[in-house]
Amino acid sequence: MSVKIRYFAWVREKTGKAEEVLDLPGNVRTVAELVTWLKGLGPEYAEAFARADVIRVAIDQAHVKPTASLAGAREIAFFPPVTGG
Amino acid sequence: MGVRVQREDFDIGAEVRRLAAGRTDIGAIVTFTGTMRGDNDGHRISDMTLEHYPGMTESELARVEAEAGKRWPLQASLIVHRIGALRPGDNIVLVVTASAHREAAFAAAEFLMDYLKTSAPFWKKERGPDGAERWVEARQSDDRAAERWTKRE
Repeated sequence: MSVKIRYFAWVREKTGKAEEVLDLPGNVRTVAELVTWLKGLGPEYAEAFARADVIRVAIDQAHVKPTASLAGAREIAFFPPVTGG
Repeated sequence: MGVRVQREDFDIGAEVRRLAAGRTDIGAIVTFTGTMRGDNDGHRISDMTLEHYPGMTESELARVEAEAGKRWPLQASLIVHRIGALRPGDNIVLVVTASAHREAAFAAAEFLMDYLKTSAPFWKKERGPDGAERWVEARQSDDRAAERWTKRE
């Protein structure tokens, strides 16, 4: 499955990129599985996702939980807890 | 009803006048303005950059606004949030709620701010007088403020 991955704030700074298109293996079916897979892509990913418990996720621009399915996702975004307002 | 994300400053008086223009069904207008402090958690701040997630920001703000409209009888509402470079004293966010009576307008304005702070994808990066940059950490008190609206249900 080919999907656009976007990174924001310090997740973007640590991965060194704002977005990329990745081909996900078939056994990566949930957000949590995607995080584990991303961590194996390189030291910058391992560093970016070291505090995986605090990182928030959105699928197609809506907040989701780590257990969420990736089925049908076009855009997946990773970011720190929001600090607007 | 409306949400805007913009780099430019906003004029609170002009926004309120536009929102209420020609209306005779409004009896209460509440405005909240969030502005930038020159210190945070004991750090002095020279300037700040607000990053956001274009597209999701607008849809989250619209979702929160629609939720407020379901919970309270609002005649009108507006959320304006700035992005980009900001300095201490600058406006950051404006929330306006208008209702027939003050209770709904007060409560909805507070609700909008509490929900916006925990769900709209904005991130603040501060820079100190020495040039050192730091991402602002989310506050647990903001999560608790948003949670109290779910406990009432």
